[in-house]
Amino acid sequence: MVNRTRNLYLVPYITWIALFVVAPIVLIVYYSFFDVEGQFTLGNYAKFFTPVYMRMTFSSFWYALLITLFSLLVAYPTAYLLTRLKHKQLWLLLIILPSWINLLLKAYAFLGLFGTYGFANAVLEMVGIGTQQILFTDFSFIFVSVYIFIPFMVLPIYNALEELNPSLVYASRDLGASSWTTFRRVIFPLTLDGVKAGCQAVFIPALSLFMITRLIAGNRVITLGTAIEQHFLVTQDWGMGATIAVFLIIAMAIIMIITGNRR
Amino acid sequence: MKQLIRTFAVIFLVAFALMYLTSYLNKSQGYSGGNTLTIYNWGDYIDPELIKTFEEESGTKVIYQTFDSNEAMMTKIAQGGTTFDVSVPSEYAISKMKEEDLLLPIDHSKLPNLKHIDDRFLDLSFDPGNRYSIPYFWGTVGIVFNPDLLDGWQLTSWNDLWDPRLRNQILLVDGAREVMGFGLNSLHYSLNDTNEDHLQEAKRKLGELTPNVKAIVGDEIKMLLAGEEAAVGVVWSGDASEIMDENDKLDYVVPEEGSNLWFDNMVIPKTARNLEGAYAFINFMLDPDHAAQNAEYVGYSTPNKDALALLPEDISGDTRFYPEDDVTAKLEVYDNLGKRMLSHYNELFLEFKMHKK
Repeated sequence: MVNRTRNLYLVPYITWIALFVVAPIVLIVYYSFFDVEGQFTLGNYAKFFTPVYMRMTFSSFWYALLITLFSLLVAYPTAYLLTRLKHKQLWLLLIILPSWINLLLKAYAFLGLFGTYGFANAVLEMVGIGTQQILFTDFSFIFVSVYIFIPFMVLPIYNALEELNPSLVYASRDLGASSWTTFRRVIFPLTLDGVKAGCQAVFIPALSLFMITRLIAGNRVITLGTAIEQHFLVTQDWGMGATIAVFLIIAMAIIMIITGNRR
Repeated sequence: MKQLIRTFAVIFLVAFALMYLTSYLNKSQGYSGGNTLTIYNWGDYIDPELIKTFEEESGTKVIYQTFDSNEAMMTKIAQGGTTFDVSVPSEYAISKMKEEDLLLPIDHSKLPNLKHIDDRFLDLSFDPGNRYSIPYFWGTVGIVFNPDLLDGWQLTSWNDLWDPRLRNQILLVDGAREVMGFGLNSLHYSLNDTNEDHLQEAKRKLGELTPNVKAIVGDEIKMLLAGEEAAVGVVWSGDASEIMDENDKLDYVVPEEGSNLWFDNMVIPKTARNLEGAYAFINFMLDPDHAAQNAEYVGYSTPNKDALALLPEDISGDTRFYPEDDVTAKLEVYDNLGKRMLSHYNELFLEFKMHKK
């Protein structure tokens, strides 16, 4: 009886996973074998290996890598500082707060901030540097993406730092290690899991960014996400869109395996 | 276990009760059956006063829903489960919907006001004999520019865009047909060209434009141009009139090499429930008084020649939006090039976007 009840409780989860995880992936793979006219083909896969798509893949990975790297550079010290503060929970809440606001709204806000007559340029003008083009550059794209992803990087690192046993740090200091050595040899290795989780949470969504590429980068940065959106909405070439999605899924799976915990 | 079943039972009961309640409320407000008309149109694309007038005259309750792209609209109609009686797709979407059998043929005898439409806008390639669609608004693709930022320079042609003075000053609308179209036009080819050499030539030429292009954006282009973020933009005439309403320093030109002529036409989708109401509404909108009122509100160009006569001179005489015959002669409607060719256009456009500065 107990067993049967337990199985019954599983039904909603299994249905959910079957309908919203397994079925869509199967459909994506299925669609990737059809061309625009609905004929069976392997041509989409051949097309993916042409220079256009290869360059797109490369630039997607490159930008995702940069975004992850800068997020980590900002997030690690932030998380470290957070654990030393008095009202940690409050500060943490303040850092997470922006992620409650819709992505699109934030992107539109940056359109205003970074514009030729926006706040950022007004400041630059005031300090005597003069108006620069900020919007529609690599800089603005990476800046805004990092801003959006920081909470996802801070949280896991913060948790890892919180779990760290402080007596290990004291022991290291007692034994004569400098602050830097303590960080390099004790703190960082022990929080590596948090860093990995954070990198996953940033790198994978960053690979398929698409709205920001248009709004903030003015389509000067083309990622695989942009191409998928185009194929599904404009060209209606669902096959090619699905093929790119298949490669993205494979790439993500590989990243999960590499950064996953092998215990 | 019992508790679980009880919870589910309660949820179902509540759901059914709510369903019954809404249908009851709809009925008591007269929202179902023959006296409602569901219109599916672009956002802000009709004078709301006209809907009120129509409701008063016909006693029909109008439900007005909006979409923001032809693709989204087509998907929703194709999926079914909707009851749209009238919709307003663009011309290429009409030929696609015709192919996919999503439209009902239109009986012209039920539309006496059709006689007010200018013959130039009837019987076009996307819908021969207007069997499925009736013109609503039309417009062009052209260049919006800000003479103040360009030392008074008045642009006149597509080839002006390649001028080195415009370095990093151009915003383009994110549309493959539009961008490839002006690339082809600038070389004096048709924007429906399917000759591979011509397409490659156009792509190469567009590649040379890259240093001048600041960004390729969507609807934000209106906000960015009105805010003087860039001096030049390639946009649809409808967007241009909105931009110029916001910032009167800007000007619009239909380039001399020729350009695209587009249409938004009224259609009756397969999902229609209230055919009589749909005909009444289309006929109502074709009435010159109503069409003129609508054109004044929306700011797009009306295909209704008798409505045009009713419009004030500063609108009807504006050659930017009602170009003279020698310009009109060079305008082309997008042909439905077929999925494969369209896909190729998009591929070329994607390659153009990937050009690094």
